[in-house]
Amino acid sequence: MTVNPSGWRPTTPANEQGEVQTVTGNRALMLEEPLIFEIDRGETTGVDFAEIPQRATRLGGLDRSRAIGLPGLSEPEAVRHYTRLSRQNYAIDLGLFPLGSCTMKHNPRLNEKVARLPGFADVHPLQPQETVQGALQVINELAFWLLDLTGMYGVAMSPKAGAHGELCGLLCIRAALEARGDKREVVLVPESAHGTNPATAAFAGYRVENIPATPAGRVDLEALKARLGPDVAAVMITNPNTCGLFEPEMKSISDAVHSSGAFVYCDGANFNAIVGKVRPGDLGIDAMHINLHKTFSTPHGGGGPGSGPVVLSEALAPYGPLPFVAKYPDGSFKIVEEETAGEEHPNAFGRMVAFHGQMGMFTRALAYILSHGADGLKQVAEDSVLNANYILRSLEDVLDAPFAKSGPCMHEAIFSDRGFEGGISTIDLAKALIDEGFHPMTMYFPLVVHGAMLVEPTETESKASLDQFIMAVRSIAERAKAGDQSLQAAPIYAPRRRLDETLAARKPVLTYKEPEPAQAAE
Amino acid sequence: MRYLPLSDADRSDMLRVIGAASVDELFKDVPEEARLTGPIRDLPMHASELAVERHMSVLSRRNMVAGDVPFFLGCGAYRHHVPASVDHIIQRGEFLTSYTPYQPEIAQGTLQMMFEFQTQVARLFGCEVANASMYDGSTAMWEAISMAHRITRRNKTIISSGVHPHYVSVTRTMAKFTEDQLQTSLPELTSETDAERLIAGIDGETSSVVVQYPDILGRITDLTPIAEAAHAAGALLIAVVTEPVALGAIRSPGEMGADIVVGEGQSIGVGLQFGGPYVGLFACREKHVRQMPGRLAGETVDAEGKRGFVLTLSTREQHIRREKATSNICTSSVLCALAFTAHLTLLGEKGLRQLASLNHARACEAADRLAAIPGVSLVNDSFFNEFTLKLPVEARPAVHAMVEKGVLGGVSLGRLYPGADALGNGLVIAVTETVTDEDIAALETALREVVQ
Repeated sequence: MTVNPSGWRPTTPANEQGEVQTVTGNRALMLEEPLIFEIDRGETTGVDFAEIPQRATRLGGLDRSRAIGLPGLSEPEAVRHYTRLSRQNYAIDLGLFPLGSCTMKHNPRLNEKVARLPGFADVHPLQPQETVQGALQVINELAFWLLDLTGMYGVAMSPKAGAHGELCGLLCIRAALEARGDKREVVLVPESAHGTNPATAAFAGYRVENIPATPAGRVDLEALKARLGPDVAAVMITNPNTCGLFEPEMKSISDAVHSSGAFVYCDGANFNAIVGKVRPGDLGIDAMHINLHKTFSTPHGGGGPGSGPVVLSEALAPYGPLPFVAKYPDGSFKIVEEETAGEEHPNAFGRMVAFHGQMGMFTRALAYILSHGADGLKQVAEDSVLNANYILRSLEDVLDAPFAKSGPCMHEAIFSDRGFEGGISTIDLAKALIDEGFHPMTMYFPLVVHGAMLVEPTETESKASLDQFIMAVRSIAERAKAGDQSLQAAPIYAPRRRLDETLAARKPVLTYKEPEPAQAAE
Repeated sequence: MRYLPLSDADRSDMLRVIGAASVDELFKDVPEEARLTGPIRDLPMHASELAVERHMSVLSRRNMVAGDVPFFLGCGAYRHHVPASVDHIIQRGEFLTSYTPYQPEIAQGTLQMMFEFQTQVARLFGCEVANASMYDGSTAMWEAISMAHRITRRNKTIISSGVHPHYVSVTRTMAKFTEDQLQTSLPELTSETDAERLIAGIDGETSSVVVQYPDILGRITDLTPIAEAAHAAGALLIAVVTEPVALGAIRSPGEMGADIVVGEGQSIGVGLQFGGPYVGLFACREKHVRQMPGRLAGETVDAEGKRGFVLTLSTREQHIRREKATSNICTSSVLCALAFTAHLTLLGEKGLRQLASLNHARACEAADRLAAIPGVSLVNDSFFNEFTLKLPVEARPAVHAMVEKGVLGGVSLGRLYPGADALGNGLVIAVTETVTDEDIAALETALREVVQ
């Protein structure tokens, strides 16, 4: 196996004595880029306008008098600025991005193209409904497939991201409980859960209690059952869980929760492992959000936009939020909102967003589902699980894999830092991976594994890509176990060396401030 | 299957390394009864790019495209021209296909862009700091109320009748669960806003006063007296901006004393997109930053002393603080924030002011022409690029009748406030730089005909 088929190797490691310095700070294709505020020369604009008619203003006497302080760049400068910035980012387009629980898979470009069709991109959310039948059909079709894939009863399409979907699910649960006059105050969350789970429960007005994990990386079913009672409103489970394992007792967890009068919320962040293979509805789940920006490949965009539709059981569907799209017998589509909710959906808990949710993500996700079809989606789950197990078995002799003995993992493999010597930790391995040309895995999460490294390769990686990653991790793991102190200097080849996060938090600089004139004159 | 690189030979090789006889063995933790045996019901098999594109194109053609007709809708989403370079920039794979910048050494592009965005938003809103985006304007407004609650330790909020009714609805939904008290009312079809009512309602229990600027009917109110009254009672003023282009022409809320300014950033860079994804804007005073929700990029240095940026003050956030976090928000709207910042950088101070002037001039012209139609009157004394007409007939059927004539002629208040009879004749018209003289003439003709 060749790392680099061209045979090229770096001959001048950076940051050694005798290193050649450039006067610009640039290093060939690694280009430094100032802030827009530092490039700005005042009065420059990259947009030309038609002549503006001169008229008296009718702005209520509040005409702006002070300067705003906005920099302007001409188009060539702006394109260059953002292109240069873009090159300081790692991305799935560049290579393996194995962030556990994030499902960084390839983003098909067809989806970008269809989302930009004027019939979807240039349509106003308050247009009369007869003028947006196609948009409503997209929402309705996607909703249908999401229900089909999950075996659930209803779906709320409007939540804007995963955590927003969690909130939607918990509010449905709360509304259902209140409808039967049941004031329950506690939500149980496994300690391995994503941070959004407890935060959401608190945001929805609940008190959060943790449920421990077993040594085998599963929810402690006995502890869970013991805690259920008349004050528990819901249990939030992630399945497959954040240790990369399927909860085999899911159905009995659901049964126990239901017989105590509570509901089961499932965090669907890891749905990619089971799409087309297992339907959450068959596991007794009452509500689950689906991250379209994970399983259904809408691009993550450096931190959103996401989209978090929530599928609901028959018990919760009546409480789902407004608005939603309904299909009528004549084949037309209609938005059900506050106006007709009294007749059509009287128990809705309310509204979560101004308009109809993330239309731009719906078009992409629908194109993704249709592209894969029934056979393709099943293959997605199988290949994602196969890739993760291949990594697990290719690394378990050099990295501690705490749950590997109990059997296969699902779509992500977890390792710990056990056996690292000389003060080397997970972060050092992660930063060394950057130098090898990879985005690191999720670090120090879940909290139940010491120095956790959670690796999710996804199904869109080739075997060659996985092999190269495995080789890199093996090499770094050997160095970590040997206590190789040079790891603490990594990354060396990235646009920046390790950044001082403590300084950033201690003395927050959150906006740009122009230097004092005296300094500027230097 | 075009998106799946593994070949059958790869799969066999890999299973051999794993020591499993089949892929099914890898799913052994899934109980037999929970496994789907056949293919997913109803869903067809995989399809070619051509076939999928064809299907989606058919659906897209069942919509009336804003750019194809005279178009005058606003009320929280505005149609502006977005320079072609903006879409090019956001389609750079390094931005489009990167994750939240948890590894700052290889995410300086996103982090620097976030820092620039934060600075632009703060300056535009007249505030000291801003975060790196929320989902949209409506959720940002609830987050602001919730933040004010944490700061003042009070839970009574007075919401102006000029706030977008969907935003109020989102807030009402959340407040039901947190037991925050809200005072709201319906707007009236007059040129006067409810500033005096708001001021009269402020007392020692008030956490915040929420005012939209310009408001849902397009009216512009001086926020200064409201800010003074709120501050005198120990309350905060939250301003909501749904059309940030307006701030190229009118004073910023921060300048007038607003403590938290939130908004919808859609109108700069993002486009209509049938309501989403959009980008929530959130700015406040520096002293309150630790109560702020959402991601923040901050400046720091690397091990060699070079300037760089990181996500900072994460101890406010859910992945560190869990149930004690300021919000549950995780993924926000960074790519839309990139579109916003790139468009605003292209505009610059000069371009934004020109764009705002052009919008206002077009709107003034349209308002005069439409108000000259017999029976139609202009409600507003003041407006930016959006104003409200009072028709002699119900506005909602009028809007549908104008669709028949190929004109998307505004948003009827009947759609936004169903059942509020006093507002039924109100029609909100937005006029941006994309509207031509011919468009205004077409609207004038259509409206003249439907109100007869």
